[in-house]
Amino acid sequence: MAKKIKIIVAKPGLDGHDRGAKLLARIFAEEGMEVVYTGLRQTPEMIVAAAEQEDADVVGLSSLSGVHNYFFPKVVELLKSKGLNDVLVVGGGIIPIEDYDFLQKSGVKAIFGPGTPTMDIVSFIKSNVRAR
Amino acid sequence: MERPDAPYCESPAIRTLSIYDEVGDSADSTCEIGYSHLELLPRMLSAREPVLLSVVVERTSGLMNRDYAKQILEGSQQAVARLISWLEDEDERAYPFMEELYPHTGKAYILGITGSPGAGKSTLTDKLIRNIRKSGLTVGIVAVDPSSPFTGGALLGDRIRMSEHSTDPDVYIRSMATRGFLGGMAKATCDVVKVLDAFGKDVIIIETVGVGQDEVDVVGLADTTCVVLVPGLGDVIQSMKAGIMEIADLYVVNKADREGADQLNMEVSARIEQDTHIKMSGWTPTVHKTVAVDNVGIKELWEAILKHKDFLESSGRLVEKRRNQTYQETLRMIHNEMFRLIRDQLQENGRLDRLVEEILERRRDPYSTMREILDEWQFFTPKQKEAS
Repeated sequence: MAKKIKIIVAKPGLDGHDRGAKLLARIFAEEGMEVVYTGLRQTPEMIVAAAEQEDADVVGLSSLSGVHNYFFPKVVELLKSKGLNDVLVVGGGIIPIEDYDFLQKSGVKAIFGPGTPTMDIVSFIKSNVRAR
Repeated sequence: MERPDAPYCESPAIRTLSIYDEVGDSADSTCEIGYSHLELLPRMLSAREPVLLSVVVERTSGLMNRDYAKQILEGSQQAVARLISWLEDEDERAYPFMEELYPHTGKAYILGITGSPGAGKSTLTDKLIRNIRKSGLTVGIVAVDPSSPFTGGALLGDRIRMSEHSTDPDVYIRSMATRGFLGGMAKATCDVVKVLDAFGKDVIIIETVGVGQDEVDVVGLADTTCVVLVPGLGDVIQSMKAGIMEIADLYVVNKADREGADQLNMEVSARIEQDTHIKMSGWTPTVHKTVAVDNVGIKELWEAILKHKDFLESSGRLVEKRRNQTYQETLRMIHNEMFRLIRDQLQENGRLDRLVEEILERRRDPYSTMREILDEWQFFTPKQKEAS
């Protein structure tokens, strides 16, 4: 049985804009990944619990409401506190370019803004995902 | 001298590098290095050489050296999570741990929830979890969704409805894709149930994929099977058919606030009544109206499930049921493993491709090919016996 990349697609915070997250969830599935879509209004604790129980290789966070600087690093931090250091965390949504550096320093491995070709996201994930 | 904690690290990487000085105290140079920094290791070491007495390198190549069985019995969620992934991947590393865990299984009560897509299985499961947790029991959930037959990918959406329980340490939710397995579940679902059972969950809920009429494998795994129906999907003849309508210990008429719920209730009850004339059974299925989104009828449903559990236990049916299940499961496991061995061998040297070509060109036929291959394996087995 071929191993599948398991990815959590989550919307942290109170942001209700999930069109992009849903589209990406479908794109990842089309690429042969197993996508766990957690739905809206997730706390970092919920996202990390899902990642832990699902043995997720990747956590994809989407934010369009300006809360990324709080929520994204928090997810990374919680993953680390559970020893899940090798889970690839990526983010996307409406994120000002000046925040990219901070987020990447906090452990979000890549930020994909509007207009990113979806295949760039897919190939980034495929080439940076852990082995298990 | 304390060694730094080495929590789980799932990639083949060196996790921590601890450097101790001559008096045995941990030097302040305990550091974490990732896989990508591996090439720096010699340089880092040589820089430190003057005080270097011992270097402890914790190698955690994908938890491979860890005793999963022990850690699962001790309550490690991450060990459960990884073992399940291996089982899904048919990774051979899983099997020794399953052997160790098996004696610890058989304690959980297994509940199957099945029904058509959109019937409300996940929402119903969510509300059932709430009720079960109120009584203090712990719950494991295996929620199955379909894999794409074209890409192999899957969108697993059952967790959305169960968000409320995602941070409850006594609830373990695992989504699974079918990966081409028919029958309403994934191939590894039965193994995953065993892991959660050994993990100590009191009740394990299997939520099948949205099923049609004939995907009834859940009945071979569950102690109690609930079939979730919704109004508006067909007339009385649908409820008389074989397959899904036969496997229920309990029927749930969900979305019971919608038009047609009473009609459906009557039709199902009529079927149950017919069944009492046709087959002898100590248990007469019951019908339960629920509105899962509003948490209506769920408490009563859980009580009815417990009644069925009592019936199974007091009548000796549970033992009988599990004997049948074990019989089927043993056969299935042998079947699967033999199939896997033969398939892998045929694929490994490209022989299968050649055979397929020859069959396509009508130079051979699949029937004699099948026999030929089986003959090789039959020949192989007694020979091995002699050797041993």
